[in-house]
Amino acid sequence: MRFTKDHEWIELDGDIATVGITAYAAEHLGDVVFVETPEIGKSVKAGDPLAVVESVKAASDVYSPVDGVVVEAQPGLSDHPEAVNQDPEGEAWFAKLKVADPAQVEALMDRDAYQAFLDTL
Amino acid sequence: MNMQTVGRPTRPETTAATAPPTGAQGLLQAEPLIFELGNWDKTGVDLPEPDAGAADDLGDLVRTAPIGLPGLSEPEGVRHYVRLSQRNHAIDLALYPLGSCTMKHNPRLNEKLARLPGFADLHPLQPQSTVQGALELMDQLTHWLKTLTGMAAVALPPKAGAHGELCGLLAIHAAHAAKGEGHRTKVLVPSSAHGTNPATAAFVGYAVEEIAQGPDGRVDLADLAAKLDPANGGGDVAALMLTNPNTCGLFERDILEIARLTHEAGAYFYCDGANFNAIVGKVRPGDLGVDAMHINLHKTFSTPHGGGGPGAGPVVLSEALAPFAPQPWVVKDAAGWRLEEHAVGEAAQGFGRLSAFHGQMGMFVRAYAYMLSHGADGLRQVAEDAVLNANYIKARLQDLMTPAFPEGPCMHEALFSDAWLDDTGLTTLDFAKAMIDAGFHPMTMYFPLVVRGAMLIEPTETESRAELDRFCDAVRGLAIEALSAREDEAARERFKAAPVKAPLRRLDETLAARKPRLKWTEPA
Amino acid sequence: MRYLPITAEDRAHMLSAVGASDIDDLFVDVPASVRLSAPVDLPAHQGEIAVERALAALAAKNRPAGAGPSFCGAGAYRHHVPASVDHIIQRSEFLTSYTPYQPEIAQGTLQALFEFQTQVAALTGMEVANASLYDGSTACGEAVLMAARVTRRAKAVLSGGLHPHYAAAVQTLARGPGIAIQQMPAAIDAEAAVLEAIDADTACVVVQTPNVFGQATDVSAIAEACRAKGVLLIVTVTEVVSLGLLKSPGEMGADIVVAEGQSIGNALNFGGPYVGLFAAREKLLRQMPGRMCGETVDADGQRGFVLTLSTREQHIRREKATSNICTNSGLCALAFTIHMSLLGETGLRRLALLNHQIARTLKDALAAIPGVEIPTTRYFNEFAVRLPAPAAPVVETLAGKGVLAGVPFSRLAPDAGLDDLLIVSATELTTLDDIAAFAAALTEVLA
Repeated sequence: MRFTKDHEWIELDGDIATVGITAYAAEHLGDVVFVETPEIGKSVKAGDPLAVVESVKAASDVYSPVDGVVVEAQPGLSDHPEAVNQDPEGEAWFAKLKVADPAQVEALMDRDAYQAFLDTL
Repeated sequence: MNMQTVGRPTRPETTAATAPPTGAQGLLQAEPLIFELGNWDKTGVDLPEPDAGAADDLGDLVRTAPIGLPGLSEPEGVRHYVRLSQRNHAIDLALYPLGSCTMKHNPRLNEKLARLPGFADLHPLQPQSTVQGALELMDQLTHWLKTLTGMAAVALPPKAGAHGELCGLLAIHAAHAAKGEGHRTKVLVPSSAHGTNPATAAFVGYAVEEIAQGPDGRVDLADLAAKLDPANGGGDVAALMLTNPNTCGLFERDILEIARLTHEAGAYFYCDGANFNAIVGKVRPGDLGVDAMHINLHKTFSTPHGGGGPGAGPVVLSEALAPFAPQPWVVKDAAGWRLEEHAVGEAAQGFGRLSAFHGQMGMFVRAYAYMLSHGADGLRQVAEDAVLNANYIKARLQDLMTPAFPEGPCMHEALFSDAWLDDTGLTTLDFAKAMIDAGFHPMTMYFPLVVRGAMLIEPTETESRAELDRFCDAVRGLAIEALSAREDEAARERFKAAPVKAPLRRLDETLAARKPRLKWTEPA
Repeated sequence: MRYLPITAEDRAHMLSAVGASDIDDLFVDVPASVRLSAPVDLPAHQGEIAVERALAALAAKNRPAGAGPSFCGAGAYRHHVPASVDHIIQRSEFLTSYTPYQPEIAQGTLQALFEFQTQVAALTGMEVANASLYDGSTACGEAVLMAARVTRRAKAVLSGGLHPHYAAAVQTLARGPGIAIQQMPAAIDAEAAVLEAIDADTACVVVQTPNVFGQATDVSAIAEACRAKGVLLIVTVTEVVSLGLLKSPGEMGADIVVAEGQSIGNALNFGGPYVGLFAAREKLLRQMPGRMCGETVDADGQRGFVLTLSTREQHIRREKATSNICTNSGLCALAFTIHMSLLGETGLRRLALLNHQIARTLKDALAAIPGVEIPTTRYFNEFAVRLPAPAAPVVETLAGKGVLAGVPFSRLAPDAGLDDLLIVSATELTTLDDIAAFAAALTEVLA
């Protein structure tokens, strides 16, 4: 699993990557009430908005960590947004992307580097 | 992700601290919904019995299935809604310190006059010869607004402030189009702006670009100049949207330069008039270089907030923008007053119609009565007293709470950050909820976004010194208690549990958003 | 001055507390060149007596609709509002309260809004309703924008029976998002014609029933045709009392219903403030504009109500909001709720039947006049009258005789070529004497 400075995580399996938000993000957002997942087939570049996470009083954009095309969006998330607070780095993944360049994933922070980054915040 | 965190709990922690709810608390009754009270047969309105076969010409267009609306007799209906009213706080009960809302007293004379049959019982499409007094009133209102603002024209139709913003931007859009400047697709908005500003700009099809704020809480002039620079895409800017005094309660000192830069870049200057109460009668927006400004009649001109509306947002316009005002407008000719509803030729440059009919006449009557009551001298005093009252509150609270911009006076509202609550474990929200137990509606919280944990207090001019002191004494007492929460766990718990004296305790907004229940349904 | 409590003594004390010697010290940030040194050139303050006199004089120059026979409709209707409604909305706690952002101390407003939303959903036959918009016409515009967002298509077809003011409001609002509007020509029985204009880029069609000519239409077939093409059906209702008698738009297959609620609880007020009703299918919920009130519980498990789904709105989403709207039409929505609660289903049906009944009597009386035709075939309380002469001058002449004869269609659409059409409406306030006076006067004028 790799991480971005914007608190997204990404896990690569072949050329399909699964994306979600980190436990740090989920905790700071407060109760998640809704998730707007992306459309299948949507093409994104690293840094493009991919999804929106809503808490009661705020809507936060989730950015794509890499270039790719959305091949799957988690269907149940809109009905069970609490999953994002309960298991953000596991069950509550947002989308799966077909990545253009797997090296982009490798270039991101690993767990230790992300933790070190969190310690600076 | 761009994490929008606001650090406030949305789900209350259930504690066993307070007495179990019984429904009734002394004279405050628990009140069910009408769907739990009334029944399908009852009605509290006596009407004659229709003839049999009254609808036999309508065939299968007739609604046969039950609608689902219970009725109540008059005594039950009155009691139901009066009981509900008791669960509301209101201006008539105490100082309502909501920054940016201008919660001033709503004169009852205005209610009486708005209800005169000669105003209330007028159909909007009656022949114009039968409504000359109404049209004259609209014209008089226009005259007062033009004189107070130093502007050339007024568009009366907008039904609220946000609607006025839409009107102003549409006029600006039309003006640019008429000059062949349709390539201007950007609107500049400060980071401190009210959400309606960027929302309206987007609604009109503009891209929104943010301008930075300086450490003094005002527009960063260098950033504005850079964004207006043609070399930097400044030639694509259609308008600047600014609030003055701004949402931090401060007058933009560089306003003349801001207007000059904007005009030099070929853009228009839209002013959000939400804070006009601070300067009415003391400064004219026209003199500041404003091209369009909406005026919230429900703020500066006292029309009632009514639990959320209706408002009215007429827009004052400069000479340059006046031709693009929406229809209809009032004209006077030899025959008398007339609503111009279908302009032709030169006069037909307006951007069209915003809504049916001619605007919020009910609010025009109230606002005009307010203006006549105050007069030019009274309105000037309104601004002076509003500014004095806010500065007084700032002076009385600033030793305990952190003013966001301590240097210099504020205008009609005082802004504090939550820095003073550091290490107490308490948030702006906790403090606000405790204010309820102290007998006051909380101040505006978390707005403007540029100040952390913002607390924006606007007393208005209709507060007496006694009420201001009562408010400050209560807030000081709470602030001292909040600061004690640094060491005193019990104090912290009290804030977290607040309010305990209101009709309800903190509500679970998370549940409301996750499982929306937006109407009553028959229990299974 | 009666509204300004601060005395000279207060002022002195407060200036001292603030560390200023003069009030203008507090205006130091205002550039000197723009500071007004004296009050502007407008009259000085006046007491209640003078203000009342001035306003009464202006009011006296108007002829109230109720001062004689009155048949104006076309989007605003003169109905009886029970005395207790206006009395209750003037209670301090309703009149002078703010938007319920602090729900613990605003349960009165919030519970009333919840009742309102339930009533609107029931009346329109839809799954969910919001807490009101400004009026029916802006609600119509918002519905078109919403349909474009939902379908991701950029064209809307407006029926020739849609109130011209509503169509104009839609045109204005649609410009920003770049939605192309196709306006079908004005016609009495216009609604079905919208289907002819549907193409691959159509997001929605907007029909009105009863329409501006009073024609009531069963839109079920239109709904089916739209559904087959992925087009949303927006049904507009300008006379909400009609929903007490006619099949609801929801029942007929509408996706979004917009209505003017003024007829219930609210006076004519020369055009405003009114109250826009907005209801839709549940699956479209998150694209709906406007405030919404939802049910929840408090920390003690007590039922309560809060504004919810706020992340659609401007104060959070800013430029990505579903609308720029901030206020709703709070007090007008409350008046609607109270009136509707007093009426109940039984009262509303009775009221609607009475309206239709009196309109039938009116129609028979007018149809008997030589030269007069009634092209509207099925109506609720309003219909079009075809005169043998342009309608506008006839209306002016009749006004001179004390009869407000309705709305000439040319007032709404001067270029439609339908100058001979007059829109007339009747309500439970219309008496047989009114009808007789109208018929007699019209006969005289046409002779």
